[in-house]
Amino acid sequence: MIVDVANALVLLCNFVVVPAIAYGSQLALGALGITLVFGVLRFANFSHGDLMALGTMVTILATWQLRRWGVGAGPLPTALLALPFGALVAVVASLAVDRSVFRFYRVRRSGPVVLTVVSVGVMFVMNGVVRFVIGPDDRSFADGARYLMTAGEFKRMTGLDEGLAIRSSQVLTVFVAVASVATLFWFLQRTRMGKSMRAYADNEDLALLSGVDPDRVVLVTWTITAVLATVAGTLYGLDKSFQPFTYLQLLLPMFAAAIVGGIGQPLGAIAGGFLVAFSEVAITYAYKKFLRYLLPEHLHPDGLVQLLSTDYKFSVSFAILVAVLLWRPTGLFRGRVL
Amino acid sequence: MRRILVSSVALAMMASSASADMKIGVLLGFTGPIESLTPDIAAGAELAMTEASESGKFLGGQKVAPVRGDSTCVDAAAATATAERLITSDGVAAIMGADCSGVTIAVTNNVAVPNGVVMISPSATSPALSTIEDKGYFFRTAPSDARQGEVLAQVAKARGIESIAITYTNNDYGKGLAESFSDAFEAVGGRVELSASHEDGKADYSAEVGALSASGAGHLAVFGYIDKGGKGIIQASIDTGAFDKFLLADGMIGDSLVKAIGEPLNGAVATAPGSDSPNATKFIDVAKAAGIKGDAPFVGQAYDAAALIILAAQAAGSMDRAAIQSKIMTVANAPGEAIGPGEVGKALELLAAGKAVNFQGATDVELNEVGEASGSYKEYEVRDGKFTGVNVH
Repeated sequence: MIVDVANALVLLCNFVVVPAIAYGSQLALGALGITLVFGVLRFANFSHGDLMALGTMVTILATWQLRRWGVGAGPLPTALLALPFGALVAVVASLAVDRSVFRFYRVRRSGPVVLTVVSVGVMFVMNGVVRFVIGPDDRSFADGARYLMTAGEFKRMTGLDEGLAIRSSQVLTVFVAVASVATLFWFLQRTRMGKSMRAYADNEDLALLSGVDPDRVVLVTWTITAVLATVAGTLYGLDKSFQPFTYLQLLLPMFAAAIVGGIGQPLGAIAGGFLVAFSEVAITYAYKKFLRYLLPEHLHPDGLVQLLSTDYKFSVSFAILVAVLLWRPTGLFRGRVL
Repeated sequence: MRRILVSSVALAMMASSASADMKIGVLLGFTGPIESLTPDIAAGAELAMTEASESGKFLGGQKVAPVRGDSTCVDAAAATATAERLITSDGVAAIMGADCSGVTIAVTNNVAVPNGVVMISPSATSPALSTIEDKGYFFRTAPSDARQGEVLAQVAKARGIESIAITYTNNDYGKGLAESFSDAFEAVGGRVELSASHEDGKADYSAEVGALSASGAGHLAVFGYIDKGGKGIIQASIDTGAFDKFLLADGMIGDSLVKAIGEPLNGAVATAPGSDSPNATKFIDVAKAAGIKGDAPFVGQAYDAAALIILAAQAAGSMDRAAIQSKIMTVANAPGEAIGPGEVGKALELLAAGKAVNFQGATDVELNEVGEASGSYKEYEVRDGKFTGVNVH
């Protein structure tokens, strides 16, 4: 009996908990960028997914170059060494876009809807650039040790029927995400610049009167956003795979995460990221085997016990989005209303 | 005087039309998702035409010329327009093509049959083409996937596989193959626990694999594309430890898969059209001499398709479209002298002498009653990181 329960839990960990934690961390990092831009610059930035793709693309190109030079990071993926290059290019690109496109509308004090539509245009251009440079196909750039523990090793270790596989990319994702979030919070809470940013986000006019330099705030916001986007994109690409179009598709769950958590609230973005990830994975998982371990034989299900086919994974984000906007538009952490 | 003038002009016109080359349309996806394969396929078809032209035996010394057209592989409207152009403007006698199943169905229905033009596809494998209303104008040298499903089921049975989960790419090819395989597998006593589609172009397939694994099957059949969802499914299966034994179809065979997955793929079983017959080996040499990759996918089938059109015209003694149609089955099947690859000239000579030929070509062509090759399949197993041919069905 205890063995059955252990098997059931391991099964659930392998197919739901572990993947959802990794996916949730990636979404949280992406949602943080969206929520920062919304909080400080006051518009929903649709080009965020493609900023991720752009940063990841440069990271991939740098990874390939490093490998050609024979540089590696041992058991860790080479992409970690290449990440600063990707982040740098993403920062430069987003500053250039801000300078040439967004600033024009900011100076004219255009409404958030105008800026959002402008960001859709930026999204298409960035997507085109990425596909032009690296092509629309699947690019693999993961190297180093793939597994911390394979399902087979776990089975041999514990003697259970079910295996638990943990990939190094999953652990790496969680570590890097925690480190990035901790740094970000320290920056926002403790440094002078972080405080200026929060002040600017709370009340632009008052902040300007108190001597906050708006150009610097914008510059720092884009820098942080671009770095976060590159980190999130690279982790996602390492853990899953890189295709320019999948980053466009990530936009929906990331926005859902930011809105569920309360837009403009960094803590909310993280909570939202995990909530969306766990819902997506848990709702589309087939519980047939899980229930077979737990239920007595006459109650064994014949069907797959799957609430929603995996084809409809994205509808989970949509449903969460609609539900939150209907019943609690400020989100879990009382952010702003879109 | 005037009458003489008119009749001499008419004679001159007849003479010029009689000495015009026979044109054969080569309708393939030169742009689109299989654009990397089509140059070789087209070259295979054009090799047969060159042989016929150079032999000097075709309809008393005439030449055969290819006219290429782009089928795009996926856009039925574009393929239909191109086929219209080939027939009405270029005046082709017959068409070698199209390639992908979807556009082939569209062109057969909308252009080839209404205009009474023979079309021989080297690569359309959808079972739906077996039952299409073609009035005898559509043929294919590629076998139907209904047949591959049966072969895969026999292979699975022979290897002692009892329960299996199927995942297929969500299109005509994947769905047709999954259906024919599960019917055939259940007919030989196997159990299909789950048959579910997957979408190509996703970053992550762990959710799909979770559902497949929950079905409790011991093996996973993957009918997808090697550089797309199929690879993702296998990667996710191995990552989560859900499956380690795979049954693969022709879309999944290639070095890039073994390279991406590595050692865990060893032991996977696959089938693809192909054979070890002397003709297949000989064709590779013939093609190599012409600078063509004879073992690339569907190149032999394209050579055979073009050769059938040429021989049918020779047997009919005319380039008339309906006459060609009436002779395709005669030259493709017994009785007659067997004709291998590189022997188009010899076949033309025999036909000119009034003898019968049985064209074998690169793929041992034998057309069944609906005009499609029954085809032979090669069984592969991944051994030491390589797809190794182990058997022919």
